[in-house]
Amino acid sequence: MADTPPTDRKLDDKPLSDGAPSETITGVEAAQHVPTRRDFIHVAAGAAAVGGAAMIAWPLVHQMNPAADTLALASIDVDLSKVVAGQQITVKWRGKPLFVRNRTPVEIQRAQQVRLGELKDPQPDAERVKQGNEQWLILVGSCTHLGCVPTFGTGDYGGWFCPCHGSHYDTSGRIRKGPAPLNLAVPEYEFLSPTSVRVG
Amino acid sequence: MSGHSTYQPKTGIEKWLDARLPIVRLGYDSFVDYPTPKNLNYWWTFGGVLSVILAVQILTGIVLAMHYVPHVDHAFASVERIMRDVNYGWMLRYVHSNGASMFFLATYIHIFRGIYYGSYKEPREMIWLLGCVLFFLLIATAFMGYVLPWGQMSFHGAVVITNLLGAIPVVGEGITTWLWGGFAVDNPTLNRFFALHYLLPFIIAGVVILHIWALHVPGNNNPVGILIPQDLQRRDTVPFHPYYTVKDGFAIVVFLIMFAVFVFYNPNALGHADNYIPANPLVTPAHIVPEWYLLPFYAILKAVPDKFLGVVAMFASIGALFVLPWLDTSRVRSLRYRPTAKLLFWLFVVTCLGLGWCGAQLPEDMLFTVAENGDGEPMGLNYLWLSRILTALYFGWFAAQLPLGLFERPLPVPPSISAPVLSHAGGDGGDGGASPPSQRGGFAPRPATAQPETRG
Repeated sequence: MADTPPTDRKLDDKPLSDGAPSETITGVEAAQHVPTRRDFIHVAAGAAAVGGAAMIAWPLVHQMNPAADTLALASIDVDLSKVVAGQQITVKWRGKPLFVRNRTPVEIQRAQQVRLGELKDPQPDAERVKQGNEQWLILVGSCTHLGCVPTFGTGDYGGWFCPCHGSHYDTSGRIRKGPAPLNLAVPEYEFLSPTSVRVG
Repeated sequence: MSGHSTYQPKTGIEKWLDARLPIVRLGYDSFVDYPTPKNLNYWWTFGGVLSVILAVQILTGIVLAMHYVPHVDHAFASVERIMRDVNYGWMLRYVHSNGASMFFLATYIHIFRGIYYGSYKEPREMIWLLGCVLFFLLIATAFMGYVLPWGQMSFHGAVVITNLLGAIPVVGEGITTWLWGGFAVDNPTLNRFFALHYLLPFIIAGVVILHIWALHVPGNNNPVGILIPQDLQRRDTVPFHPYYTVKDGFAIVVFLIMFAVFVFYNPNALGHADNYIPANPLVTPAHIVPEWYLLPFYAILKAVPDKFLGVVAMFASIGALFVLPWLDTSRVRSLRYRPTAKLLFWLFVVTCLGLGWCGAQLPEDMLFTVAENGDGEPMGLNYLWLSRILTALYFGWFAAQLPLGLFERPLPVPPSISAPVLSHAGGDGGDGGASPPSQRGGFAPRPATAQPETRG
């Protein structure tokens, strides 16, 4: 084996296609992209290295996503009996504020009378509350612009006003004016009793 | 200029070391006998100033980390403990927090100097690109550091900035959740920000080494902005030591005095009072602002009515710096010889300062009122529209670099650094660099640069 480099080269550089006779394989032709077994090994090794790197990278990236205990955050029950009409309470849910607002008949009427064409993110008030419980508006209190907490009862539409960049929300929590693109989000919730809801 | 080495090991141990690890030679060639243009002014000292500040920040940061607790329940209290109970903790923290401001101050001067004297142009594009990377890393590091005390501004600043990424279509929400490690800025976020805030300065130090390496290949630019002709290397340069170690050293001392005035006499002047209120996710401060050094970018963000485009504009305002070497079509580097470009440069400086001012204002507030409309609302210019005008001017300056180099008529550029000085012996003795050298008589401008330089 020690004195047979030419033979080695012939074996290694044999084209994958059967057509070309082996004696025509020279260094020059190899450079002209006649695929050889060595090329195959290079490509295979490179592909294995890239695949391996990706397999190593994924756990390092994915560890930053929410951990199991964070995902398992329990839903919360909110007692509505203490919230008088025209007021709201703020509770913490999944690290963010949750607005629970007891709307007055006037506020409900104003929310229902808005024409959808006026809205940036059109949605009727009926879709944002539970039927029969129109006075209860439950929202994630996080401005859809950049996540600040809007202040209650302020702004041009009597709903909320975000102090950070001036977004105005109406009494249905819909965006009316300012840079925010979407309405305040309505979380999943259900009424356990007329005075208690479970959020999440 | 990375020519042959002039280092001569003298002692036995130096010779022994030089044959095995020529590290003394590297230092000698880089900081002792490194040929430096002889006309560098004080605007060139900020590279040295920045190296010192980086060292100060790393040093104070490491010792602060020995006392800080990155947990939402303890972070605020641990910082207050550093301020009240830890020996010299108050000083270390004030040095570190004001050090961030000093870092940006020196960085901005360093960047504007690079723009004024055309230091970003061929053959120094790589130094400029690495500098832009450093600037970006500096912003990221400063932002994450500001979150750590877990005050109201820390928390809501983190909320606003991380939500910026949520504006990216399709993947935005996934990215913010990944960044937070939860459904909101919370303990996992604080933990990783601390880890990254500790890591990034060392990455910065690494890129600084590349930045200086890239600098030492073509050598320093200079206020005249010419490449020093090979045959004039000896006449137009001086060794870095002692000429610039002393000049940089003096500038560093003056800068540190100013730094110390802030640390010892008005340590909270550049901070925000709301950050001494513990973070409360349920209440946003009435007026949320970033630290002063990020206000211009914040103003650009607020100037655009669309959420996603606002974020794009803000990142583009930093990204534009990266492409500046290829936007600029003029072959004359120094603005001393480009009167029109010089005027626009100062306009650009004023624009940046104006954006910084707007960033701290409420968008709806009025700058001035000319009249009231029918509803009694004031009419005039509010900060929102001022921000919009300034944002247009900011990007307009970058866009103007393309045609400017093609159409302007630069003044004659001297053939060497020493030529204007030597031909001017017994003259007014002032800097005089801003006046056209041709008016001083005595030397003939290079023929190649006597005509306006244009491309294409």
